Amino acid sequence: MTQVLQENRENIGKSKLIQGRKPRWTWIACLAGSLIVASAIMAVVGFNVAGWAVLTALFYVVSNYAVTRIMENGRKATDQLWTNLVVGAFLVALLPLISVVWTVLSIGLPGLLAPGFLASDMTGITGAVDQASVEDGTAILGGVKHALIGSLVMTLGATAISVPIGLLTSIYLVEYSRGGTFSRAITFFVDVMTGIPSIVAGLFAAGLMLTLVGPGDNVMGFTAVIALSVLMIPVVVRSTEEMLRVVPNELREASYALGVRKWRTILKVVIPTAISGIASGVTLAIARVIGETAPILVTAGVAVSTNWNLAKDWMMSLPVYIYRQMMFPTAPAAPDASEQRAWAAALVLIIIVMLLNLTARFIAKAFAPKKTGR
Amino acid sequence: MTVTSPSSGLHDPRSAAGRAGDKIFSGTALTAGIVILAILAFVAVYLVVESIPALTAGEGELSHGKTSFWSYVWPMMIGTVIASAIALLIATPVSIGVALFISHYAPKRVSQAFGYVIDLLAAIPSVVYGAWGMAFLGPLLVPIYAWLSENAGWIPLFSGGYSQTGRTLFTASVVLAVMILPIITSLCREIFVQTPKLHEEAALALGATRWEMIKMSVLPFARAGIVSAIMLGLGRALGETMAVTLVLSPGALSANIINVGNQTIPSEIALNFPEAFGMRQHELIAAGLVLFVITLAVNMIARWIVSRHKEFSGAN
Repeated sequence: MTQVLQENRENIGKSKLIQGRKPRWTWIACLAGSLIVASAIMAVVGFNVAGWAVLTALFYVVSNYAVTRIMENGRKATDQLWTNLVVGAFLVALLPLISVVWTVLSIGLPGLLAPGFLASDMTGITGAVDQASVEDGTAILGGVKHALIGSLVMTLGATAISVPIGLLTSIYLVEYSRGGTFSRAITFFVDVMTGIPSIVAGLFAAGLMLTLVGPGDNVMGFTAVIALSVLMIPVVVRSTEEMLRVVPNELREASYALGVRKWRTILKVVIPTAISGIASGVTLAIARVIGETAPILVTAGVAVSTNWNLAKDWMMSLPVYIYRQMMFPTAPAAPDASEQRAWAAALVLIIIVMLLNLTARFIAKAFAPKKTGR
Repeated sequence: MTVTSPSSGLHDPRSAAGRAGDKIFSGTALTAGIVILAILAFVAVYLVVESIPALTAGEGELSHGKTSFWSYVWPMMIGTVIASAIALLIATPVSIGVALFISHYAPKRVSQAFGYVIDLLAAIPSVVYGAWGMAFLGPLLVPIYAWLSENAGWIPLFSGGYSQTGRTLFTASVVLAVMILPIITSLCREIFVQTPKLHEEAALALGATRWEMIKMSVLPFARAGIVSAIMLGLGRALGETMAVTLVLSPGALSANIINVGNQTIPSEIALNFPEAFGMRQHELIAAGLVLFVITLAVNMIARWIVSRHKEFSGAN
C-alpha cells in the first residue's frame, strides 16, 4: 500500500503534464542570488538602501527571465518577465504612499501632540518666538485653530451652495429631461466643469468679487466659498446622477400607479432609495474640496488670527496654512518650527480627509437599500 | 356591475396643491440646471473680459518689460506642457501595470483591498504632496541629478549644472506623476475588468500564457479607454498648482530639467496673484484663460475618444 503511494508520488514528479517546468522554488533562488550579487556590488561602491533595492530588483527580473528561458521556453519567459514588471509597478506605486505617510507621521505627530496646537492660532507668533524655540529649546508655540475653523466654515459654505444646486440639477437630468438639447448641454458642461483647473476657479471668484464689491473688501471667506462651489457642483451632479439612474423604474411606476404626483414620487420614493449613494457622493465631494489650496489662496488670502465671519476679512484654511508655513517660514533663520507646524497641520488635514472617505464608505454600506423586504 | 367613482378616499390627482407642487418642483430643478450653465458661461465670459486689457496691451504696459502678452505666457506654456509630459511618461506605464496587477494578477480576495490602497493616493491633498516633494523627494533626487549632470551633461536636458536643493522641474514632474497615477489607474482598472470573460477564456484555452492573453484580449479591448484615461490624467497634471508651486524654484525657460528654472502657468498665478493689482492682475487672469483653454481642449478630446468608442468597448 505505502509502496503504491510512493510510486504514485514518483510518477507525479515525472508526469508529462508538468514536464519541462522549473521547480516552484526557483524564484526564491533567483531572489537570493540577486540579493547576494547586489550586496556584493554595494560593498564595492559603497552602501545605500535605494541603490541596493534597485539593483536587487533589476537582477531578480533579469535572472528570473533567463532561468525561465533556459528551463522552460521563450514564451513562458516573456510571461514571467511581464508578471514581474506588473508586480514591480504595484510596488513602485506603493513607495510614494508609504513615504508620504511616514514623513507626515514622523514630523507631524510631535507637532500635533504639542500642547495647544489645535487650540491656538498664530496671533503673536513672530519670528522671534520661533527663534527662541530653537536657540533656548522652549516649546514650539502656535497652532492651527484659525485654519481649522476657516477650513470648516468655508467648506460648509461651499456644501450649502453646491448640494442643493447639484442635487436639483441631477434630479432634472434624470427625472424631468427627455434627453433633449438642454439636458445634453448640461451633461456636457458639467463634464467641462469637472476639468476646470482649481486655480482658474479661484481666479474667477476673486475677479467676480473684485467687480462686485471693489478692491480691498473682495478678499474674504465668501469669495473662497464661490470658488469651492464651482469645483464642488460638478462632482455632486455626477455622483448624484449616477445614483438616481440606478433606482429601478418599477418603483417610480408603482408610485405613479397609486396616483402619487411626480414630485411626491421623487421626494418620497426615488431620493430615499438613493439617499445612501447621494450622501456618500456628497461626503467624497467635501473630502475633495477641503484639500484644495490654490483657489483659497487667491480668494481668501492668509490670516494669523481666528475669523468666523465669511463675509469680512481674510481667512486662513488648513491647506493654505501648510503652504505658507512651508514656503515662508515665520522665522526664515529657524524654519524647523514652521516645518513642524506645517507637517502637523498636514497630518490634521489627512486625518480629516481619511475620516470623510471612511464616512462615505460607511454611509454607502450601512444605509444602502435592502435587497429584499421592501 | 357598478362602477365606483374614482375619488372619495383617495388623494385627488387633480387637486390644485398637487399640481402646483409639481410645477414648483420641476421649475426649481430646471433653474438649478440653468444656474450651472450660467456659472460656466460667467466663468468663460469673465475670464475673457478681464483678459482683454492684457491681451491687447502694447510695449511698456506689461510687467517685466515684456513686449507682448504672448512673449510673457509662452515660456510658461512650454514649462507646463513639459512638466505634464514628463509626469505622463512616468505615470502611464506604472499605472497601467498597477491596473493590470489589480484586475488580472492579484489574488481575487485581496485585489479590492489593493484597489483601496491605490485610491488612498488620490485622497492625499495636493499641498501635502507639494510639501513632501519639497522637503523629502527633492533632496533625495539631488545625488541622481549630480550624477546625471556629471555623466550625461552632453544631453541638453541635463546640461548646465544641477540644483543643490532638488527643487527642479523634474522633481515637480515626479510629484505630478504620483498625483495622476491613482486617476489613470482607477480608470484603466475599470476598463480592464470589463473585458469580456469569454475573450479571456478563449485565449487561455488556446494555450496562451497570461501575458499573451492580456496582449490579445484585454489591451485591444481597452485601448480607447487607456488613451482617454491618459488624457484625463494630462488634464489634471496641466491644472495642478500647489505641487509645482511648492517644489519648483521658478525661473526663465530652459531645457535643463535638473536645475532651477522654468515655470508653469498655475504656479505663476498662485505665486503672484495675491499681491497683484492693475495690469499684473489682468496678465495673470489672461494666463489663467490660456490654461483653461488648454485643459478644456485636452478634456474634450478625451471625452470625444470615449464617446467614439462607446459602442464597442467598455470605456464608457
